[in-house]
Amino acid sequence: MDLLNIILEVTTGHGLAGLGAGAAAIGAGIGVGLIGKGALEAMARQPESSDDLRANMILAAALVEGVALFGIIICLLVVFK
Amino acid sequence: MITGLFKRFTLTLVLLGLHQLTTAQAEGGVNIDNSDHSIHEDHNQHTHTEGGHSEFVPGDFIIHHIADANKIHFFGEGASEIYAPLPMIIYVEGEGLDVFMSSAFKSESEAHDSHASSIAQGPSTGVSYTKDEHGITGRNANGELVEIWDISITKSVFGMLLIIACIILLFTRVAKSYSRNPGLAPTGMTNFLEPLILFVRDDIAYPVIGKEKSKKFLPFLLTTFFFILGCNLLGLIPFIGGFNITGTIGVTIILALLVFIITTVNSNKRYWGHILWPPGVPHLIKLIVVPIEMLSVFIKPTVLMIRLTANMSAGHIIILSFISLVFIFNQNFGTGAGLGIGVFSTLFMIFMYFLEILVAFLQAYVFTLLAAIYFSEATQEPHH
Repeated sequence: MDLLNIILEVTTGHGLAGLGAGAAAIGAGIGVGLIGKGALEAMARQPESSDDLRANMILAAALVEGVALFGIIICLLVVFK
Repeated sequence: MITGLFKRFTLTLVLLGLHQLTTAQAEGGVNIDNSDHSIHEDHNQHTHTEGGHSEFVPGDFIIHHIADANKIHFFGEGASEIYAPLPMIIYVEGEGLDVFMSSAFKSESEAHDSHASSIAQGPSTGVSYTKDEHGITGRNANGELVEIWDISITKSVFGMLLIIACIILLFTRVAKSYSRNPGLAPTGMTNFLEPLILFVRDDIAYPVIGKEKSKKFLPFLLTTFFFILGCNLLGLIPFIGGFNITGTIGVTIILALLVFIITTVNSNKRYWGHILWPPGVPHLIKLIVVPIEMLSVFIKPTVLMIRLTANMSAGHIIILSFISLVFIFNQNFGTGAGLGIGVFSTLFMIFMYFLEILVAFLQAYVFTLLAAIYFSEATQEPHH
């Protein structure tokens, strides 16, 4: 019964925005994680190209993060509208 | 030197946290009669005031602190609030210009909460202005609504003017010091700024745009970099009103518009050729690719705008959420829980503060880098 109440609250209230924020965080987490993994592996293979890789890693992470932040902003708009 | 700075900074943050703790305690004293409310009751209450004491609403608190305002709020609330008023400049259509300080706004009701509207009289036109959470409306002597143009110096505008003045002062001095002793090792402020300037030139402009062409774009790139960096860092200084300049969409929309204009003005035949008739793409695919490419001309600056705003606002929101957590726990579970959570949220806040300093540099870097990439796309020569 508690579970049903929680589900009801989630689907009717602002809970959906919370779920959306969570989904955005999952997406950003996977994205940034993959970038970090790739960059670290590449740096371990070729330490001399670390500087180039770092700049590109930050750029790619910023692009991923930007998309996640769109999601967060929309969730915020739902809550604060 | 650096460690000394860090120590001082950490000390400031700890003091800030202590201030949060003491206010949490004071709030607990006021709200002690509410502490036996169960969570479920609080959950369903959306009223903002209850028996004269204001209920803590995290959403309102956060929005109030990240939104633009007509005053620089230091601390305190309601009647005991300590703030610096900023000038209001309102143009009334057909009547003239009103210039007065925002402290002229007097609250209508006794209850001092953020939703109460306040009223001020225009000194030269006699129009009475009403300010509430939706903005400012003006009514003339007959009580009719008048069309107003609010061009006030708000908190963000004031912060921007401050940063612009700092940039002009600093960089003219730095430029003078180069012409005064050419060939010598830089000292003082020049020594601090030279690596940053060289970073923008050697790590952003040269590799992306190319050495020859970047001469044209470097002034813009350097200006945007230092402007965004300054605005970001100004927002992180505690106790001076929590500026959120680059988190204001109106600021970043202009920055993005400038990037769009410069890209379009400098674009060459090849750039438009790749958008309108991409070479090497099968004709049927072109039906899909061309509209996307055409949209991307506008999407790129839009994304630039939203990324900066969202990143900076998100940082402020996270820090404010940690502060809110203290009050929420204090309100729902008593003063002890508020104090206990206060310690942890202060620690997290310090951590977030350091992360935000990184983000302040990172966002300035990313904005400049992406602007440089767009410029280089627009100016690339065809190579065969």
